[in-house]
Amino acid sequence: MNGSMTVLRILPEIIFTITGVLIMLVDPVMPREANRKPLGWLAVFGALAALVASLYQYSLPDGTAYFGVVQTDAFSVFFHVLISGIILVSALVALDAVHPDTENLGELFALISFGAVGMLLMTSGVELLLVFIGLEISSISTYILAGFRRKTAKSPESAIKYFLLGSFATAFFLYGIALTYGATGTTRITDIATGLATTHDLPIAVVGLAFIIIGLAFKVSAAPFHLWTPDVYEGAPSPIVGLMSTAPKAAAFAVLLRIAYEAFPQLQSHWMPLLWIIAAISMTLGNLGALRQKNVKRMLAYSSIAHAGYLLVAFTVLSADGVAAASFYAVAYAVMNVGIFAVISHAGGYEDRLTLIEDYKGLAYRSPLLGGAMAFFLLSLIGIPFTGGFFGKFYVFASAIHAGMIWLAIIGLINSGIAVFYYLRVLTAAYTKPLDTSPVLNVPRASFPLLLALFLTVSVTLILGIAPDRILKGARNAAETFPILSSQQPPLNATPGAPSMAELSHKP
Amino acid sequence: MHLVLFFIFGGFCVAGALNLLLQRHPINSALSLIVVMTSLAVLYLLLGAEFLAAVQVIVYSGAIMVLFTFVIMLLNAQREERTHGSRAAYILGFPGAAALFAILAFIFVQNGKSLGFVDLSPSTMVGTHQLSEVLFRNLLLPFEVTSVLILIAILGAVALARHHEPPRNQSRPAGKEQR
Repeated sequence: MNGSMTVLRILPEIIFTITGVLIMLVDPVMPREANRKPLGWLAVFGALAALVASLYQYSLPDGTAYFGVVQTDAFSVFFHVLISGIILVSALVALDAVHPDTENLGELFALISFGAVGMLLMTSGVELLLVFIGLEISSISTYILAGFRRKTAKSPESAIKYFLLGSFATAFFLYGIALTYGATGTTRITDIATGLATTHDLPIAVVGLAFIIIGLAFKVSAAPFHLWTPDVYEGAPSPIVGLMSTAPKAAAFAVLLRIAYEAFPQLQSHWMPLLWIIAAISMTLGNLGALRQKNVKRMLAYSSIAHAGYLLVAFTVLSADGVAAASFYAVAYAVMNVGIFAVISHAGGYEDRLTLIEDYKGLAYRSPLLGGAMAFFLLSLIGIPFTGGFFGKFYVFASAIHAGMIWLAIIGLINSGIAVFYYLRVLTAAYTKPLDTSPVLNVPRASFPLLLALFLTVSVTLILGIAPDRILKGARNAAETFPILSSQQPPLNATPGAPSMAELSHKP
Repeated sequence: MHLVLFFIFGGFCVAGALNLLLQRHPINSALSLIVVMTSLAVLYLLLGAEFLAAVQVIVYSGAIMVLFTFVIMLLNAQREERTHGSRAAYILGFPGAAALFAILAFIFVQNGKSLGFVDLSPSTMVGTHQLSEVLFRNLLLPFEVTSVLILIAILGAVALARHHEPPRNQSRPAGKEQR
């Protein structure tokens, strides 16, 4: 094995680890009263370096390292780039929202960096034990970050809730791995498929897979495992919510895709209906729940449940189109969600001054920039053309319809209609002229990190909405790394005459 | 002989686990967890994993459980109170756990034939040599990455539990600092 190549395959992870350790080393030697914001810049530059390293990984030949435990291929590198980008923007948003005397600032940025290590390992791990440890790193860092506003009642409550329910879900995931090992004699994702072909213990493998799906469905907050989401999002600091509603979810979706399509393709008749049901329930419960919310963060929590549902629709399409649509949707969702939480955490601050939808009245008059950015992200979440959200939904539902999942697509489209109501409620609040008697909305001036974060998210959302070809091609290449979906093999559901995703993208 | 020992310690294990859940005082629960851990160690020994059994006793029954009991005593935890939520947990939890148990038991019993047997003769025993080969060679990266996991756990414990003195500069109201 080539020594330097081995290290290059986990380069972004190494960069994030070094960043976290550096922050931890610099933090105690700084004077007690010193402004700890430079530590945030350290995290930002670490994330930037990891992003560059992830992009560099595209030039590596596909292959495994460390005795076949990690694998860099188009799929894992695609998600590496996505997650490093999310961490970069989230670190900028956090840097904008915190004050110099916010407590535990060094730990905040160190945990963001370390959490990223886990998420990246989840996407490139092809050994379930490594995936499990990565999942734990990413989960435990988010449990802690959720409870960072210790002085409030809600934040520790949300952390405890998240921790207890999350540990329960982790136990399911681990039990699933154990049962899979019992059935196939291996925990290597690539070997499970071959093990399944010769095994006689099919029911055990099915139960193992079901447990793994339960564990991961919790992590992506898909219904009926979504109960923690609104409470946790409400209690956690806003910049952290932007991070934990996107990056760990993208990583968990990547794991679910890899496990479903690479480890258990033989069992697709079992997992497909399961994911069908989870997708339908998530979309419906998420959107109906969001309609009733007055608190903006709780509303976005329900909306993230609904978006997890849309993404899972693409899972049931047993072709490269489906996987590509799911990966594309993960990017579109992540960018617009990080963006809207950037606006919220700037307007509301680290202490969450604005909670209700009414509180946002007149935001656009007070700060046209923030109001405009918020409007843009809300339109993207609705799925209006020329935004990333539109093409995300379009590819998901188009691939579902071509695979014959008409009913699921109909449920999804009805839900997208329902979603317009509650997103527009926030939008109209932001553009309502406040009464003269109402207290003046005090929005701090936009800082450089915030402007940079907004520029990045808005421009990527626009690019996704206007010229999605390149990113779609990346998603398409990612999908084809799965042996069962590669173009050499006949597609799983050969529907004659169905146009491929590449053709679809030219006639939206 | 093996079978008899298995049933005795398997029974201990299950009884300890049930007691752990039913006891209302945290110390009693922690002590029954020791019973579970130790009987698990015997089960490992019966399966021919001597090293794992020894580690189980030293690490879990020894170090971790001592830490548990210390923490419980330091926090001076009292009997847990019954709340509305805990009653709901009983109503939903018991059938849920029973259903899960029934599914797993059914599958294990039904597929018992195809699960195969393990040869426990000395020649096939897995010693520390093979174990270390798996742990430090094949699974080297997961093993190393565990250090990051432990690091963030320590970091989080410190960040959440650290005692903070009130801010020095009281005159500056929150939210008005220059950014």
